[in-house]
Amino acid sequence: MSKRRGIEASAAVAEAVAAANVDVIAAYPITPQTHIVERISEIVADGILDAEFICVESEHSALSACLGSAAVGARTFTATAGQGLELMHEVLYVTASMRLPVVMVVANRALSGPLNVWGDHSDVMAARDCGWIQYFAENAQEVYDLTICAFRIAEDHRCLFPVMVNMDGFHVSHVVEPVELLDRDAVASFLPPNRYPLPLHPDRPVTMGAFAPPVLYTECRTAQEEALRATFPVIKEAWDDFANRFGRRYAPVETYRLDGAECVLVVMGSFAETAAAVIDRLRDAGKPVGLIRLRLWRPFPFAEIRQALSNARIVIVCDRSISYGGPGGPVCSELKAALFGHAHQPRIVSFIAGLGGRDILPEQFASMVDRATEIVERNLPVDYEIIGVRQ
Amino acid sequence: MNEQTLQKLKEAGELFSPGHRACIGCVEVLAVRQICKALGKDTIIANATGCMQIVSSPLPTTNWMVPWIHTLFENTAAVASGIEAGLKAMRRKGTGIDRDITVVAMGGDGATADIGLQALSGALERGHKFLYVCFDNEAYMNTGIQRSSTTPFGASTTTSPSGKTSIGKVTWKKDMPAIAAAHNIPYVATACPSYSADLVKKVKKAQQADGPAYLHVFSVCPTGWRAKPEIGLELGRLAVETGIFPLYEIENGRWKMTKTVQHLKPVQEYLKHQGRFRHLTPDMVARIQDMVTSRYQTLLQKCGIAPS
Repeated sequence: MSKRRGIEASAAVAEAVAAANVDVIAAYPITPQTHIVERISEIVADGILDAEFICVESEHSALSACLGSAAVGARTFTATAGQGLELMHEVLYVTASMRLPVVMVVANRALSGPLNVWGDHSDVMAARDCGWIQYFAENAQEVYDLTICAFRIAEDHRCLFPVMVNMDGFHVSHVVEPVELLDRDAVASFLPPNRYPLPLHPDRPVTMGAFAPPVLYTECRTAQEEALRATFPVIKEAWDDFANRFGRRYAPVETYRLDGAECVLVVMGSFAETAAAVIDRLRDAGKPVGLIRLRLWRPFPFAEIRQALSNARIVIVCDRSISYGGPGGPVCSELKAALFGHAHQPRIVSFIAGLGGRDILPEQFASMVDRATEIVERNLPVDYEIIGVRQ
Repeated sequence: MNEQTLQKLKEAGELFSPGHRACIGCVEVLAVRQICKALGKDTIIANATGCMQIVSSPLPTTNWMVPWIHTLFENTAAVASGIEAGLKAMRRKGTGIDRDITVVAMGGDGATADIGLQALSGALERGHKFLYVCFDNEAYMNTGIQRSSTTPFGASTTTSPSGKTSIGKVTWKKDMPAIAAAHNIPYVATACPSYSADLVKKVKKAQQADGPAYLHVFSVCPTGWRAKPEIGLELGRLAVETGIFPLYEIENGRWKMTKTVQHLKPVQEYLKHQGRFRHLTPDMVARIQDMVTSRYQTLLQKCGIAPS
């Protein structure tokens, strides 16, 4: 029912697209996403996947073509990174508000300027409020599994939202790892055919994308917000069903060695794997530390994160992007908002690291724990700190 | 229009309903109605942001009796690409509509010649089987008569106003049909709703084309051109008869006049009805006349007709 192969994470995405029997792919090449579209092109050229691959002239047109394709009921995929996601920006909002189940993999990349093709989370953070379901994969196996799950979640009639699967550019996208690939029948049993409820069809003409004057716009936005929040159980249900069938379990908030942890590190994306190794080492040295991997970014898992942090004294959030002129890292400010006004109030320390492809070394995670402890115990007036700045 | 065409149009039924919010005398909306009749019900339309989108789709109402989608301003050709590809893939895989559907993208001159030119060029180059219709009313009318690249030389708009040191727009109209034709697509044509039979015939030809088709429709806008609302169709005829907007088609690379005017009327016959040209001096009118005459001769040559 499945086979294990050593492949690059980008190739694993292409395998997921093939396994999901996607109808239309529209994409524009951009580093570090290129290997995804190259591999999908080969799969289509070899007839392994019967699909239309639209080689568009820009990312703006990539997502626009996806809008059209999804609107006629075709299973639709795209992939991008960094500047490409920014060029898609206005189309992102329309895709979500029109409730079109497009699936996109983003190989997260820094934003210009200065130009930098390497990984961080600036791109996805700029698209945070666009109304898509957004989650993170940490390795090749996860991006394969979670891309397949994305189609099921997006196309579920209780959901009907586009889904963005994020993986760190280069640190995940270009790494060759053993991946367990599912066969098509197994995927088909998990992923029913796409039956978009109101496609563009001459026998049942619909008008899509009518405009809303002030008297209706608020109601449209409210309905969309309520609908996006209501996808939370659908996402969990899909991940649970995936775990029951294939044995790999995903959750909105994943915890690691939280028992008795006074100090909890919160990381989103692939650097959580490095952080986990550091947590092991510190635990062995007797330090009460634990780790939270934030997998689901939108809709934000408020209750789960509060629950996971209910015994923490110090919370360290490690962001991979800057909110210029703002309160520090965007994940950190989200976390602060989630905890503010609640009975249990841990001290929250914000660090920013790993910008533009720079590694976060194990000893840097270890020193974040020491530094956070110092900030809290000496009550230092620090909003946030950027790690490893060369002076 | 001949009797037979008129009868056919009457029988075709309406796919764009009355009750829209277009201005009095709008000829563009008449073109939309005629084109919808010619296309028939097996059509899916992607519409750019602009006049025709705004007048037809305030929530919770619609004038469209064919499936219709509006998303953004500059991406309509790309949306149509996706519609075409989606229909094609699903039909091939046995999960879609098993008959020919005409995919149409439509936009104004701003959506086509300015902000959406890249997406249009991409879609034409990729060879999707779809029809792009540009409704050219020669300015951004929906936002209040700002100049576009198809606004004619000398026209006063709100962003190219005539003034003490300005004659209005100082550049010539962008030649969109030629740009479309440069993509070597099977069918390109100009049309004008004052010539309904010609318009309908061209829509049908475009529908049959084996690849992308581009139709550039002259769309008189009495509001934006500051003309009397009752003379819209007459202005369209005058644009053709003066050579300002010639009717021609380019079928598989072959240029052909579909209405050859033996003796062009002076451009002033057309300009004089419109407030946007009121400030023009005789010198400026002469410059326009020279350009129009010269371009018309060039077009005749392309169509293999010896210049008179």
